[in-house]
Amino acid sequence: MICLRSLPLVPHELKSPLSSRTRAQQQHSSPFSQTLRSHTVPHKTLTGGGTATTTTVANVALSEHNDLNAAEEEEPLPSELREELMPNHVAVIMDGNGRWAKQRGLPTSAGHQAGARSLRELVEICCKWGIRVLTVFAFSNDNWIRPKVEVDFLMSLFEREIKSQMQKFVSEGIRISVIGDSSKLPQSLQKLISEAEEATKDNSRCQLIVAASYSGKYDIVQACRSLACKVKDGVIQLEDISESLVEKELETNCTEYPYPDLLIRTSGELRVSNFLLWQLAYTEFFFVKELWPDFGKAEFVEALISFQQRHRRYGARLS
Amino acid sequence: MGTIPNHIAFIMDGNRRYAKKHNLWADDAAGHKAGFLALASMLKYCYELGIKCASIYALSIDNFKRRPNEVQYVMDLMLEKIQGLLKEESIVQKYGARVYFRGNMTLLTEPIRVAAEKAMVATANNTGMMLFICVAYTSTDEIVHAIQESCNNKWVGIQEANGSKARNQAIRDVEYQIEEKAIIKLRDIEKHMYMDVAPDPDILIRTSGEHRLSNFQLWQTTYCLLYSPAVLWPEIGLRHLVRAVLDFPQHRSYLEKKKEQA
Repeated sequence: MICLRSLPLVPHELKSPLSSRTRAQQQHSSPFSQTLRSHTVPHKTLTGGGTATTTTVANVALSEHNDLNAAEEEEPLPSELREELMPNHVAVIMDGNGRWAKQRGLPTSAGHQAGARSLRELVEICCKWGIRVLTVFAFSNDNWIRPKVEVDFLMSLFEREIKSQMQKFVSEGIRISVIGDSSKLPQSLQKLISEAEEATKDNSRCQLIVAASYSGKYDIVQACRSLACKVKDGVIQLEDISESLVEKELETNCTEYPYPDLLIRTSGELRVSNFLLWQLAYTEFFFVKELWPDFGKAEFVEALISFQQRHRRYGARLS
Repeated sequence: MGTIPNHIAFIMDGNRRYAKKHNLWADDAAGHKAGFLALASMLKYCYELGIKCASIYALSIDNFKRRPNEVQYVMDLMLEKIQGLLKEESIVQKYGARVYFRGNMTLLTEPIRVAAEKAMVATANNTGMMLFICVAYTSTDEIVHAIQESCNNKWVGIQEANGSKARNQAIRDVEYQIEEKAIIKLRDIEKHMYMDVAPDPDILIRTSGEHRLSNFQLWQTTYCLLYSPAVLWPEIGLRHLVRAVLDFPQHRSYLEKKKEQA
């Protein structure tokens, strides 16, 4: 997956109140004290078609084989986390690849490669721990002004990652969706995205939403334009326009969980940077100082622990 | 001579926790009163530091979900404080602040609307600083309102522009479709936002250690520095503000880059 290039290097990193977090203690794996959760995984045939399986002997066998694999790969939640408090939807701003590379005297592309690895690992953990949706800010609409060499590299990295991960998406029941202005992406990538979305559209274990060439503000503008057309066509009245109607027009209408419960941003930057806008109204933010390629399971657990301790009131009061 | 932020937004969280912490159990009043004193101090510090604009999340539409007696108390307190703004010795008059009330004002009672209007008129010529008081406000409500206005304006504009042309109806319909799709731009929506007359916040401070926006200025804070000190709102002091202001310059270079791109 392509990853967001870090912002220009700042002269020095100031320690912010938000980033002074203690690292999570070494997590204990205690499989006997945690209930393994099973997932309903609609399985795809090995020939890779886009339709749901039919009940042939071969497919039943495949189904059982996959169930077994899923159980073997199942990783229990760390003991610090409570299953009933797990977020349904996690969003991530994957910041810091460039800085990571620079710190090591490597080219920026190496940072993006390392970032892609972090993302693959996060997708896997989310699947195993029952997180239903993971949305990642891979490439902002604002990033098009980056040097062409870097942009081209990111586009080709994105293509390579989709191709290399396709089999895994199919076998692990991961649905992939891409949001953003895809018209700006190379034709070959657009085609690949369409194919990947089609091939995985019935998968329901976990959904990976990749925001590429995405802008939170333009998401709202395009929703507004759709609504304007509907008013013009008499499908709805002007006064019918409501929060609910707007929500249905946003690009996150590809999921039943459009609102992230938790947003993680790496590399110590304390802002949203035109990622999801409307959808983040009540999202809990977690800012970490680790650079994206250094963000792993331990850091994710720390974010989840923090999330589970928060009291979400939505403006009302808990009695 | 450092770089001073232009606009700081405040989410004043923690009044009730403060009351609980100090055993002011009588009712929620004590916490909110302490909160108001903290607000007065913060506005004073903003003025002294040369910060031109401040916005506060005084009452969210979501807050109407609270217990009726707390909602009523907040409304009464708000009316009292708004009327107080008109007095000579009020903080607003002292620092020459121009006051703006922004939000879905139709959700408020008549007395509050009237008082708010009076306060805006009375301070209209003040040039010391700008104070935006967001009441009956949520960002999603603001955006819905802006969308309705821009749809309405654009559609009306097209009708008026094309009304007198005697052309084939089918061709006109197609043209409307294409025109309309292309027509609504970011700026069209933005200019109908309640907060349009304010510059975007440079820093958003939310107290009591809560790390979320709670539907406050989502559109306007998308590049803003987000600050969540653990201190409860009534206990916020100059040092918290100074800390945020000191962190600002490195953030500003990022913001300037954004403005160049836009």
